[in-house]
Amino acid sequence: MRGIRKEFPGVVANDEVSFEVRRGEVHALLGENGAGKSTLMNILYGLYRPDGGEIRLNGKPVSFSSAREAINAGIGMVHQHFMLIPVMTVAENVVLGTEPVREGVLLDERAAARRVADMAKTFNFAVDPEALVEDISVGQQQRVEIMKALYRNADVLILDEPTAVLTPQEASDLFDILQTLRQEGMSIIFISHKLNEVLEIADRITVLRRGKTIETVSRHGATEASLARAMVGRDVLLRVDKPQAATGDVLLTVQDLHVRDDRGIEKVRGVSLDVRAGEIVGIAGVDGNGQSELIDALTGLQKIESGAVTIAGRELSHASARAALDAGIGHIPEDRQRRGLVLEFSIAENIALHDYAKPPTARSGWLFPGRMVQRAKTLIKEFDVRGGGPLTRAGGLSGGNQQKLVVAREIDRDPKVLIAAQPTRGLDVGAIEYLHRRLVAERDEGRAILLISLELEEILSLSDRILVLFEGEIVGEHTGEVSEETIGLEMLGGGEKAVA
Amino acid sequence: MSDPGPSPTPEEAAETGTLAASIALKQRAGGIIVPVVTVVFAFVMSFIIVAATQHSVHTALVVFKEIFLGSGLNWLAHPTTNTFTSISAYNLSQTLLQTTPLILTGLAVAFAFRCGMFNIGGNGQYLVGLIVANWLGVDFAGLNPFLHILLCMSAGTLAAAAYAGIAGVLKATVGAHEVISTIMLNWIAYWTASWLFGAGGALQNSTSPTNPVSNQVSPGARLPDFWGKQGFQGLHVGIFVSLAAVVVFWILLNRTTLGYEVRAVGFNPDAAAYGGINVKKNFIRAMAISGAFAGLAGTLDMLGGAQNYQVGQLDIPFIQVGFIGIAVALLGRNTAVGTLLGALLFGGLLYGSFHGLGSSSVIDPTLASNLTYIIQGLVVLFVGADVLILYVWNSRKKARRRPRGKPAERVEATT
Ligand SMILES: Nc1ncnc2c1ncn2[C@@H]1O[C@H](COP(=O)(O)OP(=O)(O)OP(=O)(O)O)[C@@H](O)[C@H]1O
Ligand SMILES: [Mg+2]
Repeated sequence: MRGIRKEFPGVVANDEVSFEVRRGEVHALLGENGAGKSTLMNILYGLYRPDGGEIRLNGKPVSFSSAREAINAGIGMVHQHFMLIPVMTVAENVVLGTEPVREGVLLDERAAARRVADMAKTFNFAVDPEALVEDISVGQQQRVEIMKALYRNADVLILDEPTAVLTPQEASDLFDILQTLRQEGMSIIFISHKLNEVLEIADRITVLRRGKTIETVSRHGATEASLARAMVGRDVLLRVDKPQAATGDVLLTVQDLHVRDDRGIEKVRGVSLDVRAGEIVGIAGVDGNGQSELIDALTGLQKIESGAVTIAGRELSHASARAALDAGIGHIPEDRQRRGLVLEFSIAENIALHDYAKPPTARSGWLFPGRMVQRAKTLIKEFDVRGGGPLTRAGGLSGGNQQKLVVAREIDRDPKVLIAAQPTRGLDVGAIEYLHRRLVAERDEGRAILLISLELEEILSLSDRILVLFEGEIVGEHTGEVSEETIGLEMLGGGEKAVA
Repeated sequence: MSDPGPSPTPEEAAETGTLAASIALKQRAGGIIVPVVTVVFAFVMSFIIVAATQHSVHTALVVFKEIFLGSGLNWLAHPTTNTFTSISAYNLSQTLLQTTPLILTGLAVAFAFRCGMFNIGGNGQYLVGLIVANWLGVDFAGLNPFLHILLCMSAGTLAAAAYAGIAGVLKATVGAHEVISTIMLNWIAYWTASWLFGAGGALQNSTSPTNPVSNQVSPGARLPDFWGKQGFQGLHVGIFVSLAAVVVFWILLNRTTLGYEVRAVGFNPDAAAYGGINVKKNFIRAMAISGAFAGLAGTLDMLGGAQNYQVGQLDIPFIQVGFIGIAVALLGRNTAVGTLLGALLFGGLLYGSFHGLGSSSVIDPTLASNLTYIIQGLVVLFVGADVLILYVWNSRKKARRRPRGKPAERVEATT
């Protein structure tokens, strides 16, 4: 790709970007939120047409006017946000568009399921081919996306932040796959904000900043700090400095909570915990061990089977989402596109999502869009949301900026208890640094923070207290120093409690 | 979804999100152009049909000219006189008379759409409004006219709201799809009206017990004409009610918390629930409001139908305004102004083809009266297929290779 240019109204997303990938290499693409990584890849994948520049594939100039053409040319892409059909099964999603057929026209479901099951086994993805996509977790959906691209025999595979939702174990499994694919001569473009991953897997690294190519370097000689500097343009603190917590009253209490998921399976099995003002409690666990159901129960989005939830002294066990919000719950949801944002709404309207009916945004049922815009302006500045103004559609923002928007809204509501699920998912190093510091600052303001993250490192560096969730139960609690191995073992059900 | 949210390829549009979200996507991508192209396509296709069936391009040209003249829209070019000595003024008044209820049934469909629901029950809700207005319009003879009209209109509107609300309740509680339940409600309203107005029915005309005709609304409850001639059905003040409803629709959606909830639920019910919005309550409420618009249309037609307007068993089967409202709303992209324009188009088409062709004997009268429905069907087809039109539009742009392209990619307007 040479001299690629792409403008959106008011934004130059790619400005003379040049980028090349060799056969059989893993090439990482780094850059801040909104730097133009996804845009560049969408151009390569035929979803956007560039305003300038040329693309060559195996030396021949090409121009794709649709994703289909790119797919036929051997380019596969796993998007940052999924493109799955929720009401279809895993197998159907994987084979979609290239379905095995029986007697000419009928979809051979069994053959599809079999092939997908084989593939899941070869690549060690724990996914049930018969499950409906809407029923599986975010992490599993990501795996389906990867399988989808692999199924189409791509030679160039683009992965846009594929590990954002994977557990460390799953990520290293993915890396094993990528190594195999590389040996088979496949070219892999890998977008990630996790510098350690990039250094582990990539052969070469290209850094974008504000739509321009900054440099392409080889992995050898690059360090996390040097990459972060190239991305952000300044030195970045990669560790969180955190003063001792000064804890106050208990703000969130959960007693013997039992929750079933939509299919009636008991996912939370007797969880009890409390979080005090001024502390960050981290919940570690492998994806799918009851995190989502726990969060939904606390925020009034899912019915509780039994048990009690109390927020700031108010009993909220069977309360609605509205009541939970009004009681002082803030919630950064794990899936910003499915739940955290109305993509068709403007930034301003999204900022108002919880408090659209309260002054100053509204009075006795009347909405004041001007005030909504005012508030959005302030927050866009404070949280450095890039890529548009208050009237920009949220769907037009880059992934990381969408996340910042959600975070801004939740913190600005001044919640007593903040539930942060994957709060740094998709954020660049600079933004992560900011968010981590902000979470610590909010803690010091006296908020109770419950942090749910699949990233063990994040849990370890931020939490004052760590709880380990395994199969819907708390199997470990740690304060102070604790090793990654100990927690890792507990996350897999191998902790002391399990042994005892 | 690709990363930057809804991306511009049509294949994805079909794959993702809710009804309202995908409509919004198309709206952004096509702006005002697609509806206009849709109409032009529909007219061209009908032109071809007429030319083919009549074996004459000339006849087809005459047909469309007659429709245009029949609609009276030519009066707007030369508004020289507002008396009925001008046939075009008369035609226009009749076109606007047709437009009056269509605006409302269009708004009804549009409102439900914005909450992610498809209200096919406009016809039934319209009938409920009609029945109630007739009942009260007959029964309270002698009441102060202003109060009488107000009573009939509000009671009819509320009854229709409650009636449509049933579909909302069924959706919210047992998950019954509103398309199915509103169709069933249409039939219930239809047979109820037939029974009430039919021979021996409770609202049947007491002076001629053998005729399946309703009682006449008492003179005090009639909406006065303001443009027309003694002895003819003129344009009554109901059109101002319809125009006011357009404004109300816009304000409700864009300037109230209720509208915010409706739009949030329509675009993304999961996010709405997360935001603390009661999604089920919104289904019920939006359906009721939708029904209110359609019911109001029924009351206007009943009260405005002046001197010789009656509903008999013979008329009821021909009531189509609820269904035409679907085409109106789709064409108007579920916006206030768009619906108004769509209603005007269909109003002109209905009256223009009926009058212009019915009286001019240029073509077979059966084809004449069906032409409106053919065009209506084509519009619905093309609106449904506007993904295709978008595609053509985009590739045309590609062909011209405009470097910056996509002027409409970012049109924010939702109303
Ligand atoms: N469809 C669109 N309409 C308008 N602006 C867009 C659109 N897609 C992207 N942009 C803008 O282009 C810029 C680059 O966005 P892009 O999604 O490529 O960033 P990114 O590098 O992938 O960021 P992130 O790490 O946050 O995912 C941003 O400012 C974004 O707001
Ligand atoms: Mg991106």
